[in-house]
Amino acid sequence: MSGVPELHAVESTDPLAVPRRVALVRPDTRPTVRRNDERYMMTFPHLIVREVILFQVVVIALSLAAIAFDAPLEGIANPLETPNPAKAPWYFLGLQELLHYFPPIVAGVLLPGLVVLSLVVIPYARINLTAGPLWARGGKRTAPAIAAVTAALFVLFGAFGCWPIAIPTLLTAGAMFAARGGVEGGRLRRLLARVTLPEWIMTWFVVIATLLTVIGTFFRGPGWAFVWPWSGAI
Amino acid sequence: MSAERTSIADWLRGSAVYRSIVRHGTADTNRNRSLMIFENLFLHVHPVKVREKTLRFSHTYWLGGVTLVSSIVLIATGILLMFYYHPSVPQAYRDMKELNYVVDNGLFLRNLHRWAAHLMVFAAFLHMLRVFYHRAYRPPRQFNWVVGIVLLIVTLFLSYTGYLLPWDQLAFWGVSVGTNMAKEAPLVGEKIRFLLLGGNVVSENALLRFYVLHCVVLPVAFLLFLSVHIWRIRKDGGVQGPPTDVDDPRHEEAP
Repeated sequence: MSGVPELHAVESTDPLAVPRRVALVRPDTRPTVRRNDERYMMTFPHLIVREVILFQVVVIALSLAAIAFDAPLEGIANPLETPNPAKAPWYFLGLQELLHYFPPIVAGVLLPGLVVLSLVVIPYARINLTAGPLWARGGKRTAPAIAAVTAALFVLFGAFGCWPIAIPTLLTAGAMFAARGGVEGGRLRRLLARVTLPEWIMTWFVVIATLLTVIGTFFRGPGWAFVWPWSGAI
Repeated sequence: MSAERTSIADWLRGSAVYRSIVRHGTADTNRNRSLMIFENLFLHVHPVKVREKTLRFSHTYWLGGVTLVSSIVLIATGILLMFYYHPSVPQAYRDMKELNYVVDNGLFLRNLHRWAAHLMVFAAFLHMLRVFYHRAYRPPRQFNWVVGIVLLIVTLFLSYTGYLLPWDQLAFWGVSVGTNMAKEAPLVGEKIRFLLLGGNVVSENALLRFYVLHCVVLPVAFLLFLSVHIWRIRKDGGVQGPPTDVDDPRHEEAP
């Protein structure tokens, strides 16, 4: 620590917001204290009523689903009769799909471990806290770096024949380059131009996770061979 | 019609017993509305006033709320299901048949538990994405994000341990596939699998262990982390919506 940190004085005079107060806060702490022009509402009724409505909507929707669709129940468990394919619950089918491409230690331990680790470090990684739009600084160094990482990932996943990861990787990189200079482009490109690097990475992950889960759920039949959903994958 | 009802309601609210339970009057003044929040054990996780912006649908899409409501539905239906369930082979499977064909509304109960479980996993995942894209994990909410990840993993394990309990083919082989994956972890994989299953294969022991995990261990862990999660939202100044803060690099027009 080098000396006393610089302090900000925050003041509010709006009677709807807070009583008049002056507070000294360190500039690097809570952004909340910098919002001094906010309107406040009574929690009861405004928030409580909304919460009750939310509760009712969810319970009614679930009840309707429970009336319309029955939970599956197959024959009694039989260790001697292996169904083909034997599928895990849907939220693990992405992982099971990975097993098709990678050795079990990679698909079952390494990749899920990396995913959990990446999720945990999100709020502690500087880039997630400070990143501006990806091409905000022109991108003389960004462009070759993205191209190199994309090529490396494509070759790596392609070598295992894992196209559900390799192809979205290419597509994501394509979208990233389409965003370059998008500030002057059409609506879609302007939207893309605002996306930061951490957001690109998360979007890449979500697309792949969704794709793997959908393939595992709907497109895998006996022997984990590719089948169409209408020929009995489910 | 309403005149008489109002008077009965007023008489009830004025009675000594009612006033001993709820110490404030009708919530028709801001004072009583405040008292309603901070004199109530369950409501006092809320502040008396909330930022107007946080009430907007697009602020959070209520995704954490949907996850929470699903978990309440799951606890309620789960307790009822426990009355009809024996974690033993083959009685567990027979109990499913009983629920489906004998118990009044048993099928409805089981359906509700099943679909609420799917909804909870799905809504928790969407909630995580919402928080990420809104950058709501930034200081001071870093640790609450981590608590959220723990809750997501506990939710997945809750769902997964529940998957075995019907003891049908779907349950048995779904769990066999998953626990075979655990085996691949270096050094400890085999031991973890043995600990989880109470043996080397999915058997009656595994059913009992999954039952205890599903009905006691994981729900307790879930409620503990959930308490921390919700308490910290309050401590960090309420739910965080889309970034419009002055220090968000994406909003260059801000001062």
